[in-house]
This record gives sequence, structure tokens and C-alpha cells, in this order.
Amino acid sequence: MAEPSAAPAAAPLVSVRDLKVHFPILSGVFRRRTGAVRAVDGVSFDIAAGETLGLVGESGCGKSTTGRAMLRLVEPTAGTVRIGDDDITTAPPGHLRRLRPAMQMVFQDPQASLNPRMTVMDIIAEPLDEHTRLSRAEKRDKVLDLMDAVGLSADFAGRYPHAFSGGQRQRIGIARALALNPRFIVCDEPIAALDVSIQAQVVNLLEDLQARFGLTYLFISHDLSMVRHIADRVAVMYLGHIVEIAPRDDLFAAPLHPYTEALLSAVPEHDPAAEATRQRIILTGDVPSPARPPAGCAFSTRCPKVQPVCRTTAPATVVTAPGRAVACHLVAGPAAAGSVGAS
Amino acid sequence: MTDVTRTDTVAAAKVQTDARPGRLREFWSYFSENRGAVIGLVVFGLLVVVAVFAPLVAPFHPNEQFRDHLLSPPAWAEGADTRFLLGTDAVGRDILSRLIFGARYSLFIGVVVVSISLIGGIVLGLVAGFFRGWVDTAIMRVMDVLLAFPSLLLALVLVAVLGPGLVNAMIAIALVAQPHYVRLTRAAVMAERNRDYVTSARVAGASRLRLMFVTILPNCMAPLIVQAALSFSNAILDAAALGFLGMGAQPPTPEWGTMLAEAREFILSAWWVVTFPGLAILITVLAINLIGDGLRDALDPKLRRS
Repeated sequence: MAEPSAAPAAAPLVSVRDLKVHFPILSGVFRRRTGAVRAVDGVSFDIAAGETLGLVGESGCGKSTTGRAMLRLVEPTAGTVRIGDDDITTAPPGHLRRLRPAMQMVFQDPQASLNPRMTVMDIIAEPLDEHTRLSRAEKRDKVLDLMDAVGLSADFAGRYPHAFSGGQRQRIGIARALALNPRFIVCDEPIAALDVSIQAQVVNLLEDLQARFGLTYLFISHDLSMVRHIADRVAVMYLGHIVEIAPRDDLFAAPLHPYTEALLSAVPEHDPAAEATRQRIILTGDVPSPARPPAGCAFSTRCPKVQPVCRTTAPATVVTAPGRAVACHLVAGPAAAGSVGAS
Repeated sequence: MTDVTRTDTVAAAKVQTDARPGRLREFWSYFSENRGAVIGLVVFGLLVVVAVFAPLVAPFHPNEQFRDHLLSPPAWAEGADTRFLLGTDAVGRDILSRLIFGARYSLFIGVVVVSISLIGGIVLGLVAGFFRGWVDTAIMRVMDVLLAFPSLLLALVLVAVLGPGLVNAMIAIALVAQPHYVRLTRAAVMAERNRDYVTSARVAGASRLRLMFVTILPNCMAPLIVQAALSFSNAILDAAALGFLGMGAQPPTPEWGTMLAEAREFILSAWWVVTFPGLAILITVLAINLIGDGLRDALDPKLRRS
């Protein structure tokens, strides 16, 4: 069950095993538990040090919940998350606070993620207040260094977040995430709320910082072209499961899972000739409710290549090549290792 | 990269140079648009000045009796003594002087009651809204019980238990006002606590106390300021009511409600003895309510033009 689904070459910095997050559904007068929303339902992957893993999928598939559960911002129902040598899922609250510097997060909405009543200086210094014993002057120097690293002028330190544009606010958010020299950063759709012209700037900044500080990213996004640009490997999520995980180029060149194929067929081509011949795979129906996932394969209700077996048995995750795994009955690999869909 | 930095710099330079005075100025521009609120503020300011400099402003000592001028009518009426601008009461004390010293009591009551209920309300509401669960249920059910009683009746019962007097009256009124603050704080905290900036403070490793008081509380203050302003006048009114019923400040304290109570039997024979303390209460409460309305309009983002 807990075998590595697709181990990268280097020793992993982050390893997630069979992570589940179920939100209880309470109903009736006595608020009894009558069911659960299986937001994340048995997800396993590794991220090597210095690598960027892209996590893609449509809205509501559990991408953000996976990212938040890895930082214990949402309590996982089951499974383990290890970052370096530390087990995040079982750490008691006090210990967890001491582990916080190693793992940080960049949020989707830079407007909402900055406290409107604090100056930029205070916002970036907040992690330093909590985890270091720097003097006021040292803290100031550190904050100004960080602002410089993300391309913000030192003159802005005394201003409040509302005085900045979206791209600048996201830079503030990134500077705060960097303050404690983290090893691992969860980027939860960091560019989704930004103007298209600013998106590239922020993504380039994230890449520069990764090269400079040796950061490891989990890059959550639904923008496939941006993921193609930044990610080393890509994991595709559907209804709480990872259906396919593969090195970027392999995935975009030859998707194995029918859902990945459909997803990639929706990306517009920049070449008009190629765009004209692009074959779109249009999925019918809606995503099933994660409160009542279908029996068998989660994708069986919408899959264009559905087989009778898909409706009864959940597919095992099959490693087809080093670093590449897929959960589909149609794909037969050299060795079956573990099952993603344990529902 | 340098190019990017430069464009960002230019963009931000166009925005306000400094946020703090800018925000204050913005607040004032919204507040001053409301003429009633400005008038209220002027009246309230005058009242504060009069209360602070009462010994200098008042023509007589509030308890000084002029035994040959009992129930002397106000200065403009027939048979009046012009020394007593608003007349004298049944034992010959100058009403104007008593009203001026009474302003001190009213403002003192307002400040003390609002401080007690604001601090208590913030702490209880913050705990209830932040931790939820059984703590929340326990606190809110107690508040619901307090809210179930008519406020003045509950204050009366409390004073009856504690014994009559100004201090006990203030404690009783503060307790009665408490649930409103708790509910308001709890509602604001619940709205704020799941916002991303709170999550980001948790990622930064902030402790619970820091999350509650440094991260969340400053963002919940706007409705509390409005509630404080409006309940300031309520406190004055309740204290006057308790004084009138003989449960608040005791004679010869020149508290407005107590003055009304003493003058009750002269309502038909000497109108000025009841009218002026009543007017003083009316004007003060009206002024503070006008300020409160102005504050609400200025602090409510929904009523703002962007």
C-alpha cells in the first residue's frame, strides 16, 4: 500500500504516503456524522530536493487541500507526510511550530493573505519575530535583504498592503515565505489571481529564487502551460486521487491516463496551424461529488474509454517507467506497486 | 528583472505616499460628510470641556443652598433672580451649576461602563469565536440568558443585590451591555479567522495568543468602535434611569437622573426643575448617537464609494 508510487532519482526531501483528508458531514439534531467528503483520498508522491512538482487538476479535485494538509493547516485523516527527517503528520503542536521554518506557503490571493493592518516590514518580519531572536536592526536588515531579493524597493517597507498592486503583493507574500530560509514551499495557485502580464514575472521570480536558495516547490495550478514552464514533474489529480504522475516532458508528449489526455487536449496551441488541427476531447457530465465517489475508478463515470472492470474495481497505480506512474486499467506496466484508489 | 523592479516602483509611487495619515484623512472626509455627526461631535466636545473645567465654568458650588431663593424660576421668567440663569431647585441650589457638575458624572459613567463592557466583550468574544466548540457554546448560552432579561430590569436586580450607589450602578449597566459586545466580537472573529492572512500567520508559526490579539483583533475593531459610541449614550440613559428610581447615585450628588427624581413632585408647579436635567440628558444622548451613526457610516466599507 505504502510503496513509493514514482520515486525520483535523488533521495526525496518530501514524501507523502497514502494521505487522506475526509471532512465529516454532520446532520440531524444531534450533529451526528452521516458521511464524509473525501477531498483527498489516498495520495502518495515524493518530491526530490530542488525539484518542482506541479500538481494539476480541475477545481475541487483536492489540489489545495493536499497542499494544506502537507503543512498541517488542515488536519489529515490518515497517511504520513515527511519533510526531511521530520514526520509532519504526528508532530505535537509545540514541535510543529518549531518545524514551521522548514516549510512555508505562497497563497493564491495576495490581497487576502496579507494582514491589512500591518506594514510590509511587519508582515515580512512576522516569521522572524516568532522563530528568531534578532535585534531590531538585524531584523530590519534581513527584511530589506528579502525585499531586495524579490524585487521590491526598500522605500516600501513602511507601507500597508492596500497601497500595492497584485504582483507587488505577491512579491511581499513570497518574501515572507522566504524569511526563515525554508527548504520546501507550497505554492497554492500563486499566479491564478494575477494579471496575465504579471504572471510570467512572478513565475520567473520563483524560478530565480529556487536556483538561488535551493528551494523545493509543490506548485499547485490549473494553468497547464504555466506548469509546463516551471515544473520538473507533474502530478494530475482527479476527485481526490492522483491519476498520473510523470516527468514533465513525458507527460506532455505522451499522456497515459485518459483524464490526462482530455486535460492536455484543452490547452490551446500557440501555432495557428497546429491549433486548427487540435483534437479536443470533450468530457461529458459533471465531476461526481466527493461525498459519494463512484465505485471502482473515480473517473469511470466520464471516461471515454471506460471498460466494465473500471466500474467495479479501483485501478492499481502502475509504475511504467522510472519516475512515472499511472492508475488506469488500460495501462499495463512492468510492475504493479500499491493502489491509489483505495476507496 | 531590473526592468520589472523599476515599473513596480513607478506604480507604487503613484499611490499614497504614506498609508497611516492617508487612512485618517480618508476617515475624516467620510465622517465630515455627515452634518449631523459633526454637530454631535461639536456638542460632545463642548460637553467634555464644560465637564473638565466645571469648577471654573459653574457660577456656584453645586451643593450651595440659597434659602431665600427656593424654586426661583429661570432668568428670563417673571420674578426671577438673574444670578440663577436656569433657576433654583426646591432647596435653593443653582440648577445650572448642578447640571455642569452633573456632566462630569455622566461622562464618567459612560467611559467606565464602555471600558468594562468593551474589554470583557473583546476577551470573551475572541475566545468564543477563535476556539469554537464547547467554550463557544458555554459563553454564548450565558450571554443569551443575560439578553433574555429586559436590560433595565436586570440592572435593577443587580443593583438591588449589590446595594444602591453609583459604582454598583455602573457595574450593573456594564454587565447588562456585555452580551452585545461579545456577540459582535465573536461574529467578527469568526468571519476573520478563516481568512488567508490568518492562515499565513499560522504558517509563520504564530502562537494562539498572537493570532488572537495581534492578527485578528485589529481587523475586528470597526464594528466595536461603533457599538462603543452608541452604548456610551445608552449607559448615560440607564444610569439616569437608575438614578431616577433611587438605585443609582444618591442625593445630594448632582447626577442628572437623581436630579430628575428629586424634582418629580414639582413637575406641575415648577417646570424648570424637571425640564433642564431632562434636556441635558436628551442633548447629550442625541449628540453621542449622531456621532455613532457618523462613525458607522464612515467605518462601514459597504457604504463607501470606492
